[in-house]
Amino acid sequence: MSVNSTLTESPAPTGQPAPAALPRLLVGVPLRGALSLEEHIAIHGPLPATSGRGRRRARERAALLIDEIERSGLLGHGGAAFPTATKMQAVASARRRAIVVVNAAEGEPASRKDRTLLERLPHLVLDGAILVAGAVGADEVIVCACESAKEGIESMARAIEERAVAAERAPRVHLNAVPNHYVAGQESAMVNYLNGGPAKPTFTPPLPFEQGVRRRPTLVNNAETLAHVALIARHGASWFRQLGTPSQPGSALVTLSGPLADPGVYEIEHGASLASLIKAAGGSTARTHGALIGGYAGSWVAGELLNGVALSNEHLAAHGASLGAGVVLLLSERACPVAETARIARWLAGQSTRQCGPCVHGLDALATTIEEIAGGVVQAQAGQRIGRLASLTAGRGACGHPDGAVNLILSALETFEAEFAEHARHGPCDRCARPPELPMPARPVSQESTRGMLARR
Amino acid sequence: MNHRARVNPIACEAHGMCAELLPERITLDEWGYPIVDGTPLQDWQVAHAIRAARACPTFALLVARERTPPPLRGRHGERRG
Amino acid sequence: MSAQLATAGPSAYWYLTRSTGAVALLLLTLAIVLGVIDVRRWSSSRLPRFVIDSLHRNVSLLALVFLVLHILTSVLDGFASISLVDAFVPFVGSYRPFWLGLGAVAFDLILAVIVTSLLRARLGFATWRAVHWLTYASWPIALLHGLGTGSDASSTWLLVLSVVCMVAMLAAVLTRVIAGWRANVAVRGTALGSVGVFSLFIALWLPNGPLGSEWARRSGTPTALLPHHPATAKPNGSGG
Repeated sequence: MSVNSTLTESPAPTGQPAPAALPRLLVGVPLRGALSLEEHIAIHGPLPATSGRGRRRARERAALLIDEIERSGLLGHGGAAFPTATKMQAVASARRRAIVVVNAAEGEPASRKDRTLLERLPHLVLDGAILVAGAVGADEVIVCACESAKEGIESMARAIEERAVAAERAPRVHLNAVPNHYVAGQESAMVNYLNGGPAKPTFTPPLPFEQGVRRRPTLVNNAETLAHVALIARHGASWFRQLGTPSQPGSALVTLSGPLADPGVYEIEHGASLASLIKAAGGSTARTHGALIGGYAGSWVAGELLNGVALSNEHLAAHGASLGAGVVLLLSERACPVAETARIARWLAGQSTRQCGPCVHGLDALATTIEEIAGGVVQAQAGQRIGRLASLTAGRGACGHPDGAVNLILSALETFEAEFAEHARHGPCDRCARPPELPMPARPVSQESTRGMLARR
Repeated sequence: MNHRARVNPIACEAHGMCAELLPERITLDEWGYPIVDGTPLQDWQVAHAIRAARACPTFALLVARERTPPPLRGRHGERRG
Repeated sequence: MSAQLATAGPSAYWYLTRSTGAVALLLLTLAIVLGVIDVRRWSSSRLPRFVIDSLHRNVSLLALVFLVLHILTSVLDGFASISLVDAFVPFVGSYRPFWLGLGAVAFDLILAVIVTSLLRARLGFATWRAVHWLTYASWPIALLHGLGTGSDASSTWLLVLSVVCMVAMLAAVLTRVIAGWRANVAVRGTALGSVGVFSLFIALWLPNGPLGSEWARRSGTPTALLPHHPATAKPNGSGG
């Protein structure tokens, strides 16, 4: 699995001038292991000071950072693409002392970008976390990683230790492992877990930014978002906007997988063409049915349309898709999209935390209906039933899981209409029995997981 | 001042009393769970909504009061801002 | 004083306490049956869910009313010198302490259930439900109290009432336990087991206990109050 930028992987420039083009986050990314604190500082320069002498200067600098982030137009990289500055402002203006949570849980099976950041560039993430902590007045940072990401956890733990040795006045940084299931990285689920409950979403309001960990205003940011903050703080909003599109500026990490010469994590500028990304990944090794963009809450784009696809939410909207957490999955022609969709639908139904009736029943009924179509056993008016199930399921849970699953299923039915019709008439095809191409890790949704502080600063 | 009925889907256990007491706003899906019309309640409906909320065995039905328009929703329907 | 009252015959309070006790047991049974119908979400067009739920709540409150009357009349009645304390603190009375005490236990449980239900909004659902399940425990205790303490255990009307209530309870508990069987098997299994054990116990105990000979003496009636004691011989032999 390579970690690459769309340029060749040349040795990183030392010193602090802003990268003129890509790579930005992935500058100097090692092939193995993590950048040490020294190496990180050599490449990016030291952490910009966020606390000056005296409280007034600290507040000024905090406001300056939030302003800079706002002018940069940075959007969250956890999937929702929410303006980062808005979130920071909301937490900063709360009365109680805030907490920052770094979300590197990465529940999406096909996403590896956050894991990669933890494993190779932990200090970039920590920079961002410490910067936003200063900006919102938080005295504590909790880094949350998936308990199965052992290498990332070790690497981040070491990085936190390195900082502990070098540190002055800065927020306390803890590292926490969170359970391995799909919904565990959802904001309220993560906060629930940190508060000692199960890693299951809670009813909102109140949202975490109002009342989160230990009832304090909590700023939950994706790990990649914070990596971008670390660079914006150093090089400024204008620099950030030099790449990307006006509505979605800057660069992003994308996990590209499927029949490719070099699948892996790539850094692109928003708006880059999918074709150029595939080319950077060595080109596809097989013809494709299409690409699933945005992960398992995302949408399909048919193979013949892929050449025209640009990777920004604005362009993808025309295809009914969005970048989500930067996941692009190509499905080879060897696979059967109907069988894959049936498997994913069942997997998503199984990942429900079973707290809300419409999600439990709706996703199960949808999965069953898709399985029936895949098997050629079609009830009368299956199309209408699916439409009704979709409207009964989406938007009626406490979190976005049912919405995402419904989105995926409807998108598959539309993109692969012909294949679904085939299966409805003639039953399984000879490709149905092939091993699944789309990843479906075994992810028991349970509360029994190791919990606890793994590293403390 | 707007009043809206909302259901907490986690607390809801499909008892179904809300749909009986506020049929103008709440219907039950095929699994017995409420589909709540979230538009503002008419004045005469507010008392019924409050009665329905009190009748709910799990306190899943809520009657929210607000002076401002409802919060923005993010891409996955989560409330924002 | 009590000797004079005794020779005058049983007071109105004595009749009232027995009848209100019987009605309380009947209403308690009905409340539990309605509770099971409620949680099983049964409804019809003439009895929608909110009506069943309201009935359950109101019958429970009515049961409490009769329970309070039952306690007050038993205290006011001079025969057995039961004090108000005996209604709340079990096993400290002088009259059939164990069997009377069971009544206090049942009353305490029911009070806890009713108070938590009235404060439901403040306590939260989980706490409320945990306490609510004590109702299932209160019923057999109440029944044993009625059969053991009451002077009517041998009379037909109370036996018939008890049997009817037992059958209703059996049906209610079985319905409650069997629905959704595969979840919480341990709890449901224990419930079923307890029901079986209790039924067996009643079947064995009744003929040898309240329906057996000299139950009044064996159950702890103070000697001074026993029917064959010269000072309290009652002309019509009732109340023993």
